[in-house]
Amino acid sequence: MAASAVVRRLSSAPLRDHRLLRPFSSTGSESTITVETSVPFTGHKINPPSRSVETTPVELLSFFRDMSLMRRMEIAADSLYKSKLIRGFCHLYDGQESIAIGLEAAITKKDAIITAYRDHCICLGRGGTLVESFAELMGRRAGCSKGKGGSMHFYKKESGFFGGHGIVGAQVPLGCGLAFAQKYLKEGTVSFALYGDGAANQGQLFEALNISALWDLPAILVCENNHYGMGTAEWRSSKSPAYYKRGDYVPGLKVDGMDVLAVKQASKFAKEYALKNGPIILEMDTYRYHGHSMSDPGSTYRTRDEISGVRQERDPIERIRKLLLSHEIATVSDLKDIEKEVRREVEEAIAQAKENLMPDPSELFTNVYVKGFGVESFGADRKEVKAILP
Amino acid sequence: MAMALRALGRRISHSDRFFSSLSEAAKPPSDGKLINLFTAINQALHIALDTDPRSYVFGEDVRFGGVFRCTTGLTDKFGRDRVFNTPLCEQGIIGFAIGLAAMGNRAIAEIQFADYIYPAFDQIVNEAAKFRYRSGNEFNCGGLTVRSPYGAVGHGGHYHSQSPESFFCHVPGLKVVIPRSPRQAKGLLLSCIRDPNPVIFFEPKLLYRLSVEEVPEDDYMLPLSEAEVIRQGSDITLIGWGAQLSILEQACDAAAKEGISCELIDLKTLIPWDKETVESSVRKTGKLLISHEAPVTGGFGAEISASIVERCFLRLEAPIARVCGLDTPFPLVYEQFYLPTMNKILDAIKATVKY
Repeated sequence: MAASAVVRRLSSAPLRDHRLLRPFSSTGSESTITVETSVPFTGHKINPPSRSVETTPVELLSFFRDMSLMRRMEIAADSLYKSKLIRGFCHLYDGQESIAIGLEAAITKKDAIITAYRDHCICLGRGGTLVESFAELMGRRAGCSKGKGGSMHFYKKESGFFGGHGIVGAQVPLGCGLAFAQKYLKEGTVSFALYGDGAANQGQLFEALNISALWDLPAILVCENNHYGMGTAEWRSSKSPAYYKRGDYVPGLKVDGMDVLAVKQASKFAKEYALKNGPIILEMDTYRYHGHSMSDPGSTYRTRDEISGVRQERDPIERIRKLLLSHEIATVSDLKDIEKEVRREVEEAIAQAKENLMPDPSELFTNVYVKGFGVESFGADRKEVKAILP
Repeated sequence: MAMALRALGRRISHSDRFFSSLSEAAKPPSDGKLINLFTAINQALHIALDTDPRSYVFGEDVRFGGVFRCTTGLTDKFGRDRVFNTPLCEQGIIGFAIGLAAMGNRAIAEIQFADYIYPAFDQIVNEAAKFRYRSGNEFNCGGLTVRSPYGAVGHGGHYHSQSPESFFCHVPGLKVVIPRSPRQAKGLLLSCIRDPNPVIFFEPKLLYRLSVEEVPEDDYMLPLSEAEVIRQGSDITLIGWGAQLSILEQACDAAAKEGISCELIDLKTLIPWDKETVESSVRKTGKLLISHEAPVTGGFGAEISASIVERCFLRLEAPIARVCGLDTPFPLVYEQFYLPTMNKILDAIKATVKY
């Protein structure tokens, strides 16, 4: 079926439900729809792209499905954490799914994405499977980082996902380095370095930005501004919370991060710009429903009204739902079916991941160095070699 | 040790058992309330800010009390001009603190987790440590105290469990201090803040709630660069600091059941460290074991071992044992294998004693 081929190209989530790809009542599955973004883009030293975004019913449906999958995954991770199957740190992305999805819709798997620790959904968007994600969260060997990384360190080399970093802001110079390599490769690819409003004040960011601008690197710095760096509101931490302007000599674009079509438009625009001219900053105005991490209730520094207000007015999944319904691409029950199926997929993945084993204890020593640089460890008598660490 | 301390109502035996100290000056006043580590640190900060109007506490999220509650109530009492949040920039925080200290103030900067201290490494090593030296004593940043939670906590993973003390022990001009319990923490922190040298005070985050002890409510200071023998013994000397001491104590108890008498020393100040106390203990026992969470290669145990060999070579009856973290990044799920647990220490004690 042509429609399913189109969907497979656009979206990378597994298990398409072919029942939903029957011909639609009023719009053909290949026809283009033009939608206006929620708000116009604001540019800094650049002419912003148009507010009108072209999309297709199939693409919109895939957005809905993929974002619902991400939302369900994060909520499931919440309950797994509370039942102590996930330990350590867990930073959830629900509310921000549109950034991961919109970005993917505009780029290829040869482009690189690098982000901080709120990386579960970005990995899923890059082609990670649910089983890999849950297994990694629970520290099992089937995880995308073989269980050695955990929540904060998801990676996927074959789809250009460079992870998953714990130290705030440290991934941005890395992302600019990736762009440097891409410029040499001449494959028309770019790097997206994602960071938060908290990280926007790190000095290394500006160092990397200067280098990228000096050498015209195809680096796109994406500030996922969810307005709170842990518990600190942006106006308390930043003299200028207009993060898209922080690049000064580097142009910037402010985007409504909760509108997946706006994100797609901006990312496409940014990629074209970066390939020709060098770095550009995208500020995604977004929101996270959960606290900073699972140990943060998220309500001590913001009101519940604010959270529920955003959920009602700006939720990315609800926006797409309204679009799908108003353009008669799907009915209410179609969408409910998708959500039920997504829930089932997540539950199956969790069950599968739970059965997976923890990594073997010998893995404690692997990948410190490349094999062959042995360090010997003797017992107290110095006669017997207790271990040779690989 | 932490478990024993939590058993309420055994005041006298606590002080006899854990605070027998060779140094008389180190005996703090004995009345006090049972509080935990973060409360003790909080009290120390209150006293420091009270007694010196030119002292400031700042760092990420300190105003609401800090992620470990060490700074609760400070803003309410001393105001936002003296207790304030900084943006998320460690290099900036420490650089700023050095400048503040250079103007004669006491800057008490918090780095939220020791794992995040590395962006500030240049400022600490190149700016803070060498300021007095390179300016010929014209300027100094002695008022600088950097406080940071360190160490394994059970689920911290790569970036919430590190023990970076040995990096800073390699820098002349700095002092590195690590307390083992609430009473020690309060006295040591006040000494650090008032010490006219830049000090890094690492707080064992595992013990923030876990370690409960009687701590006097008034202002008292414990001397820096003085190690404390917290348990007398004759067969082997054990050295540790911070949270590792409670593991060492358990190992001491287990060894005692096998007839090995262990002498346990809390180093407290890592640089400049109390070589005399350690040397006299090793001269008594002839054997030494050092234990710390940081990886064994290049850890501070290596410095202790080399110095003691220089001083006590002919007295030593066995090679100095180091039971430390493994030479890998701090792992996620393998924490129990990585850490120097009681069984590893007990094994090493037995191997050393039977050498």
